[in-house]
Amino acid sequence: MEELRGKIQTVIEGEPVALFMKGTPEMVMCGNSMRALEALRRAGAPVTAVDILPDPAIRQELSALSGWPTIPQVFVRGELIGGADVVEELEASGELVQKLEHTLGPDYRDGRAEKTAAVI
Amino acid sequence: MSRLEELLRNAFPEATELNVVDRTGTGDHFHVTVKSARFEELSLLEQHRLVNQALAEPLADGTIHELRITTRGS
Repeated sequence: MEELRGKIQTVIEGEPVALFMKGTPEMVMCGNSMRALEALRRAGAPVTAVDILPDPAIRQELSALSGWPTIPQVFVRGELIGGADVVEELEASGELVQKLEHTLGPDYRDGRAEKTAAVI
Repeated sequence: MSRLEELLRNAFPEATELNVVDRTGTGDHFHVTVKSARFEELSLLEQHRLVNQALAEPLADGTIHELRITTRGS
């Protein structure tokens, strides 16, 4: 469990934009995960996706770390941004792009590629 | 009053709008809307955190399979 928590923390802190979701960007298994992913795509965010479905322990440890009970969860450089509703609203208002520019730099879209990370 | 609505009314007695919609009619996919002056000074993240806290029990015991939240200041 300690090891799993450490791996989750490494993704949260190490990736520019981490999306913990049900499924993968290629095969999304939940409507809310899809809404979050699409909002991030519209903002041009360099998404690193983590599928939480392989083991219920991932979700337990993630929520214990973040204090956020539901999936998906989006982090920008280690900071919890929110779930699908928050990310969607921030994207629509332009605040998500501002946040990405401010935190990752104005060129954050350059060379972006969606990738996945495994924690288990 | 549904259990979710009761939990939200207890957590936000000052709310000027409070709405729980069972999106699929199956009692597990909900859209809740809360309008409260308390939200005015809070970030969207914190607003949603308060709603999640009010619904911690049904979120933890699996009653809520999917939750959508809309919050507004007054």
